[in-house]
Amino acid sequence: MNNTYLKRSILRLMISGAIVAICTSNAYADQSFSNKLLLTGGVSQVEGAAGGGLTPWAVIGGYGTNNEIGGNAHYTFVKTGDFDLNSVGLTLGFYDRFELSVAQQKFDISDLRGKVRAGLGADAIGRDTLDQTIVGAKVRVLGEAVLDADTWLPQVALGVQYKKNHDGDFVKGVVVGAKKDSGVDFYASATKLLLDKNLLLNGTLRFTKANQFGLLGFGGAKHDNYRPELELSAAYLVRKDLAIGAEYRMKPNNLTSPANAALFGGANVIDLQEDDAFDVFVAYAPTKNISLTAAYVNLGNIATVKAVGANYGKQDGVYLSAQVGF
Amino acid sequence: MKKSLSNLIALTFTCVLTTIALPALADEAMPHNTNTSNANLGNTPMEGTATFEAFGGKPGLVKIMDDFMIGLVADPRTSPFFNNEKQTYIKAMLVEQMCELMNGGCKYPGRDMKTTHANMKVNRAAYNALVEQFQFAMDKHNVPFAAQNKLLAKLAPMYREVETTTGDAVAPVKLAN
Repeated sequence: MNNTYLKRSILRLMISGAIVAICTSNAYADQSFSNKLLLTGGVSQVEGAAGGGLTPWAVIGGYGTNNEIGGNAHYTFVKTGDFDLNSVGLTLGFYDRFELSVAQQKFDISDLRGKVRAGLGADAIGRDTLDQTIVGAKVRVLGEAVLDADTWLPQVALGVQYKKNHDGDFVKGVVVGAKKDSGVDFYASATKLLLDKNLLLNGTLRFTKANQFGLLGFGGAKHDNYRPELELSAAYLVRKDLAIGAEYRMKPNNLTSPANAALFGGANVIDLQEDDAFDVFVAYAPTKNISLTAAYVNLGNIATVKAVGANYGKQDGVYLSAQVGF
Repeated sequence: MKKSLSNLIALTFTCVLTTIALPALADEAMPHNTNTSNANLGNTPMEGTATFEAFGGKPGLVKIMDDFMIGLVADPRTSPFFNNEKQTYIKAMLVEQMCELMNGGCKYPGRDMKTTHANMKVNRAAYNALVEQFQFAMDKHNVPFAAQNKLLAKLAPMYREVETTTGDAVAPVKLAN
């Protein structure tokens, strides 16, 4: 699939969705859609699944109830100190049971590329972005996160995310040293709304080989096996259209740059140490057709090459996301 | 789903709540026994009265239910269930049910949720539509969001008794007289 075309199509769709939303939001239409309660479908997380910002939840995306279809398009922009990440995508929910999603990520590494080129006199990275496509599927297996307010039983869903990195020659090359340029994450999520406490809790257990969500490929010199990673979210409902919260997402730490041994005598010149990520967010849904999420996000170290002045350290910054849908 | 939902809208738990003892059919209906078991209430009452007070006590509940019913009749998703001659009765039952759930010293005299909704098809869309109308009414009367959710937490699980279909919503069958 042509990435630019996909991205443009999704942006176009978001604009038309916003127009429809504005035109219809105050009418009691003949509503055989969008009958889920406000914000109870979550927002689109960075890989396209319904959830928080970083983490999939057990909810099914969109506002469709158990005999309706829902869906939305999202655009997410993350800016950390030295990298940018864009994600555009679609999330579709079928009968509050199944979810399909697709996301196209573009990770801007042009600042690092420039520093490496200047420092080494060679364009070792050779590209300004690393691109990845993620196709996800999720099924709700039990529970009703919102209405089962008299029990501790959460809503539980199982999901997969197939990830294809489009810069395989680089991520599998001597600088990064990933084992593969594609992979599948498997996860189970449990989500519970403690309605009488205005509190939503989520826990997700993910089995993955993905380095930096897959943007740096899958597996590496340190580890090349599936590892369990825990992801936790908590959100406090301030109003029915406004939630604040925080998330913590553990990530694997698979990579050691092969170049360190090959070129630098084993010194950790190219530091690909991967850290856990966390965010603190605000999500606002003025109508069922639009939601806006803003967050402080910290992704930890991604790629530091001190020798060329890329003395980056932890990457933290802003996360902004908009979605339109029904 | 293709069908125009407006004719089919479902009912809500509210209606439910209330309903029906079908006063007109007094001989058939369960007697309004003042010893009605709490089982008909649909959930256990709260402890304490802070939430009841946040609703303005019983006078507050009466005003909220008046506006709630206006919303239910105006909303095409719920009007087929509420745009009928039983509005006054339903409102009165809702006041008693909410009052008892909030430990306000009332005794809900109506029937249980399952019986109340037995002659109609309520789906999730209609159930949620009722919740939304209830939220609008509580907002209008300045019930704090946290107090709203304390009551909604008592009501939400009643979807298991109130919802009678996962298909299209169908308004109550008119009982032949």
